[in-house]
Amino acid sequence: MAKAAELPLTDAARADARRLRVHGSSWLWVGGGVAFALAALLTGIVVGPAPIGIGAIVESAASNIPFLGLHSHLSASDSAIVWQLRLPRVVLGLLVGAMLSCAGATYQGVFRNPLVDPYLLGVAAGAGLGATLMIAYAPGQAFNGDLLPLAAFAGGCGAVVITYAIGRSSRGTATLVLAGVTVTAFLTAIQTFVQQQHTDTLQAVYSWILGSLDTAGWHDVLLLLPYAGVSAVVLLLHRRVLDVMTLGDEEATALGLNVGRIRVLLVAAATLGTAGAVAVSGLIGFLGIIVPHFVRLVAGSSYRIVLPLSILVGGGFLAFTDVLARTILSPAELPIGVVTAFFGAPFFAVVLRTARGVGP
Amino acid sequence: MKHLFVSLLAALAVGIAASAVSAPAAVKYPHRIISLSPTATEDLFAIGAGKQVIAVDNQSDYPKSAPKTSLSGFTPNVEAVVAYHPDLVVISYSPKGFAGALAKAHVRVLLQPFAVTFKDAYAQMLQLGKVTGHLKEATALVARMKARIAKLVAAVPRKALTVYDELSPDYYSATGASIIGEIFKLFGLENIADAAPGAGSSGAVQLSAEYIVSESPDLIVLADTRCCGTSRATVSARPGWNTISAVKKGAIAVIDDSIASRWGPRLVNFVNAVASALRTTQK
Repeated sequence: MAKAAELPLTDAARADARRLRVHGSSWLWVGGGVAFALAALLTGIVVGPAPIGIGAIVESAASNIPFLGLHSHLSASDSAIVWQLRLPRVVLGLLVGAMLSCAGATYQGVFRNPLVDPYLLGVAAGAGLGATLMIAYAPGQAFNGDLLPLAAFAGGCGAVVITYAIGRSSRGTATLVLAGVTVTAFLTAIQTFVQQQHTDTLQAVYSWILGSLDTAGWHDVLLLLPYAGVSAVVLLLHRRVLDVMTLGDEEATALGLNVGRIRVLLVAAATLGTAGAVAVSGLIGFLGIIVPHFVRLVAGSSYRIVLPLSILVGGGFLAFTDVLARTILSPAELPIGVVTAFFGAPFFAVVLRTARGVGP
Repeated sequence: MKHLFVSLLAALAVGIAASAVSAPAAVKYPHRIISLSPTATEDLFAIGAGKQVIAVDNQSDYPKSAPKTSLSGFTPNVEAVVAYHPDLVVISYSPKGFAGALAKAHVRVLLQPFAVTFKDAYAQMLQLGKVTGHLKEATALVARMKARIAKLVAAVPRKALTVYDELSPDYYSATGASIIGEIFKLFGLENIADAAPGAGSSGAVQLSAEYIVSESPDLIVLADTRCCGTSRATVSARPGWNTISAVKKGAIAVIDDSIASRWGPRLVNFVNAVASALRTTQK
């Protein structure tokens, strides 16, 4: 797989790709990113509305290691809180944040547009329609079982397929982007109509659209993992290819890339992961735009560093944001979309003011 | 601010209604009433004004004999309403100047907004009675409701218990600033949602599964059965919820969403469901 992904690059392309820089050592950045994500994981396990001591949590974790002879002193309910409610929620936050950021970075590279997010080609609208139809017409099944995430996933992927069918063009990406806007508008119209016809389910639909991790369990993690895994591996293998794509279609073609085919592959992989993330967590905004930009600012604009670091920083950022979402108004919850946008929007404004010219 | 606005509108609507009723000529009660509020529909039929009602909105599903139409109280259309030639339109909310537009079309409007207390709910029933010529029945209805609720509450021995009320599967929960919260207070129950900041002013807050499990409430009230298919079985199957006291003892009250989200005569059913579930905890 690695060979195949690297193959399209000629020596000239490989040499050219090096013009995009990585500030300092990649390994140092990745190490920092891993530390950030780990810090988010640990904070997420320790902090929550139920006061449970760190010592007891560590002891409970260690009691699972054989031959240490340690016993957990957590009560049944505290143990359930830490291992069945908190941990899967943090892990899902890491996965969703990583996936949205990585997909966002890829979309920005493929479309050579810094303002693009993973919802560009209609994933969000399609998933929203799928979820709304499910909630409106089969509420009993929607909230008890896998049909809601499945409907959202199918809707998200279906929307992007339609966008591609309409917007396929040999002349760059503008037609595709316009097709995405069109499909988004159309599907959102249907979604709003269905929602208006079923006002009794309005709150549930609204809640889903805002996005949240509050009902996350291990089951959701297992649902997302295969899609996020495949998607992230494919995207990471194409990090150098994305560097070459920043030159523009003509130059990249001259350097030996099959631009059209690579674009389809990258968009498909990013869409698969995004649709999976949206299916289990709803529409969480801003992450897919701001995280890749943050990474470009601090670590350099080469996709060799943008992709891996977006995964780590994006995952850590969403996990940390979720800690805020459940502690700011504790024991009440804030919708995570509100928290990401509240912190994300000012940050993005600062990026716009200070870093003009930092492109994908 | 929103509350102020709503109450201003209410005052205005009451004013319009009252001035019409107190006209000195022979009192003529409305006989072409449209109700765009499911609660008002229930109230009107409970006080014997059902015969004067010619159309109700698409959410008014109780009583079954109510003349349900495709009219929407949520996104109401002035023309569609006026086409029925109503002489009174009862609404629970007035989006984008809907009440004003009806008034311009010379249609009487009565705004009865979401009631936060029993007092408000009873006042709306009495107001409907007065406006429709069924004040006696409305007074009797309120007295009957008060008596039945008092009886149900008295029949349950007082114990210091906690309660979690679920409005949606993502743990939105009714607070003390709602009629549901008021019912819990009648039974002397401690509502776990009231610990949330803002619970004093907002009728509902979103809790987390972690908080609910850690509080281990003695009673769970499910008001999201119809919207979202929640049941005793689905609640018990949630990860970690098997450690909750109410789940262990089976003290889960299952209530039709439409009863829990309205402020009409069937509030008595809500009180009854809570009382039955509480008797389970006594065993």
